[in-house]
Amino acid sequence: MPVKLTVTGAHAVAQAMRQINPDVVAAYPITPQTPVVEYYATFVADGMVDTILVPVESEHSAMSAVVGAAAAGARTMTATAANGLALMIEIVYIAASYRLPIIMPLVNRALSGPLNIHCDHSDAMLARDSGWIQFFTENHQEAYDFTIIATKLAEKENVLLPAMVNLDGFITSHGVESFEMLDDEVVKEFVGTWNPKYSLLDTENPVTFGPVDLFDYYFEHHRQQEEAMNNAYEELPKVFEEFAKISGRKYDFLDLYKTDDADYIMVVMNSTASTAKYVVDELREEGKKVGLIKPQVFTPFPKKEFQKALNGRKGVVILDRAMSFGKEAPLYSLIKSALYEVPSRPKLGSYIYGLGGRNTSPKMIRQAFEDAFNDNLVADEQRYLGLRE
Amino acid sequence: MPNIRDLVDYVENNDWAFTQGHRLCPGCNAPMVANWATLAAKSLGYEPVVGVATGCLEVSTTIFPYTSWNVPYIHNAFENVAATISGAEAAYRSLKNRKKIDNDKIKFIAIGGDGGTYDIGLQSLSGAIERGHDFVYILYDNEGYMNTGNQRSGSTPPGADSTTEPIGKASSGKLQLKKSIVDIVAGHEGVYAATAVTSEPWDFMRKMQQALEFRGPAFIAVLAPCVRFWRIPDDSGVEVTKLAVETKYWPLWEYNMGVYKVTKKPKTFKPVKEYITKLGRYNKLMKRPDANEILEELQNYVNAKWDRLLALEELTKDKPLRTKI
Amino acid sequence: MSNLKGWKEIPIGGVIDKPATSRLYKTGEWRVSRPVIDREVCINCMQCWLYCPDMSIEGSIEGKRMKLGEFKMEYCKGCGVCAAVCPVNAIVMKPESEFIDE
Repeated sequence: MPVKLTVTGAHAVAQAMRQINPDVVAAYPITPQTPVVEYYATFVADGMVDTILVPVESEHSAMSAVVGAAAAGARTMTATAANGLALMIEIVYIAASYRLPIIMPLVNRALSGPLNIHCDHSDAMLARDSGWIQFFTENHQEAYDFTIIATKLAEKENVLLPAMVNLDGFITSHGVESFEMLDDEVVKEFVGTWNPKYSLLDTENPVTFGPVDLFDYYFEHHRQQEEAMNNAYEELPKVFEEFAKISGRKYDFLDLYKTDDADYIMVVMNSTASTAKYVVDELREEGKKVGLIKPQVFTPFPKKEFQKALNGRKGVVILDRAMSFGKEAPLYSLIKSALYEVPSRPKLGSYIYGLGGRNTSPKMIRQAFEDAFNDNLVADEQRYLGLRE
Repeated sequence: MPNIRDLVDYVENNDWAFTQGHRLCPGCNAPMVANWATLAAKSLGYEPVVGVATGCLEVSTTIFPYTSWNVPYIHNAFENVAATISGAEAAYRSLKNRKKIDNDKIKFIAIGGDGGTYDIGLQSLSGAIERGHDFVYILYDNEGYMNTGNQRSGSTPPGADSTTEPIGKASSGKLQLKKSIVDIVAGHEGVYAATAVTSEPWDFMRKMQQALEFRGPAFIAVLAPCVRFWRIPDDSGVEVTKLAVETKYWPLWEYNMGVYKVTKKPKTFKPVKEYITKLGRYNKLMKRPDANEILEELQNYVNAKWDRLLALEELTKDKPLRTKI
Repeated sequence: MSNLKGWKEIPIGGVIDKPATSRLYKTGEWRVSRPVIDREVCINCMQCWLYCPDMSIEGSIEGKRMKLGEFKMEYCKGCGVCAAVCPVNAIVMKPESEFIDE
């Protein structure tokens, strides 16, 4: 029977990792990811898992070690945040290109500088083109669930891509909240065993990982990565379906909240969606037809789902917790681009919020909706919520 | 220790572990190191799994879809071969514990050039050694970033010309000493570390066996000339490394858990000048007015290093810091 | 590049799924001089076999003795290391131009 645990989000993620019990975890502590590693180290120390934990000397070595371990046929995990991701980013790309299904919770934190340890999504956006599957999660339950879902998806034979599970630094990772933990056996059966096609430990059939790939084949290998990402998109509904069977929780590419009849829709990722839902409820009580979309999957980008969900709406406000200096914000630009093909385009507004952990209040969320109500949306203008002029 | 007969016998009845068709320059000493290391392991009954750092050996032996490796191989990046191999070794332990693999013969060998070892890969190497992974790290030291055309590394010796610290009208080029990499590794204490040269294959084989049998991290630094950028004839790499030993430029020694041992003690030594003048990379140095001063300094340095080694050998004899990792 | 395989036909991840495939690449084409061995002088010590950076020299055990085999010209790059390490000077390097008709 599932049990209810009231713990931090970091603990919830560590519990999912414990149930998956990967062969190798290599990790380096960084705020706010540290408790994930600490909890996991405790599980190892207490014999609750028989994972080999490699306490590396940097994030660069964390990703390097899991690449080595995954190439040796192990199910592997690591976790990091912000600057840790930046340090390992070279190998993050390599992990995807080598088609190693490594799972990595990314506890979202502002990417320096100046130094800031609090939440935003600039770290995740650093890796947006790395070839990793990217999930975003609102709360403890989702962070836990998607760690399990990610493992199932990443290891599919026609996918074989690494996946990161984003959860908001401190807000989710350190906040205490209840979530429902599945039975160990149920998770174990759901993720199954990992049987890689190639392994460095198969000395009877020696393979070469990571050759020099020149102009004659590099392009083809990258086309394969695109195909794998397309396959991840195709496989995801099935994985969501299977997960619903064991958990009763049915996920989709987009979490649609009160959007059915909505004229105005907000799009926001991770924990701020909780605040936005609260505001949507308030506005609904005031008679406004508003709704919220929280993308659970960022890569592969659910373009068709956005097209379907946003076509014909009056106004859409898109909140990004990261900037793409000199260009439109990452989530905004993708949605705007997706809407090029829909027959009835809504008015669009781009809002940057919450950088470096800046608090995002219901009042700020409401302000973005108000702009939409007042027909005050300018597609070509980036606005800021909670910024002092 | 395998002897020549064992090796010939092994190859005749099996195969090379590192094979023909690689594109290293004619006369390069790096393939000797790769060949001997894997062959030693194979002939001793081990199954080597090899990781190689970005560098000449890597780019020349694995150009897709061609590989010169007849054993499992991984290249990840420039600076992380030790971390990569440490992950593979962790996977091996885990999968053995979980009874998913039944093979007690696997040994992990990481190979890096001096750029990937002295410089950009030093942190990764230090971390993997400190964590006590069971692997052998082999450095093929050609004293510069030769793959990309002779840029200076932390291993480039004083007076050697390089493209990033060239000797010019206003500059003496690189004057800093090369790092004493085996001392750096030995500083991790719970380690087997040794120097070797291509002119002493059996000294290398013995050290390789010791490294393979060592339960924990082991490190062998092999002086392996780049004929191209040492500006020496294609066929002379081995002759040059012989001189390096005979002039105290590259003494042969090993460190085992605190105990130092000099593995070759020539009865007489040649002046270091003989070694330096053999290498075209020092031609510009030799034309400088202060060449003799620099040479004298170098001679004093290698003399002092040699004396120090002998003293360490005496001091640490039968006094290991510990007996197991 | 038209005879190269397409993206659906090659292993994923850049993996080379077979060992020792570089043997298909004949480095002997690089050679400008080649080793010529005098078998009368050769003492079958196998020093050249051990040192050859291109594994281009064959060797065998016949009864109790080691025997140096063929020099494989398809891989020999002509570096001359074999001649340099030969303790009895049984190998000489000759310009490839002398073998142009072979």
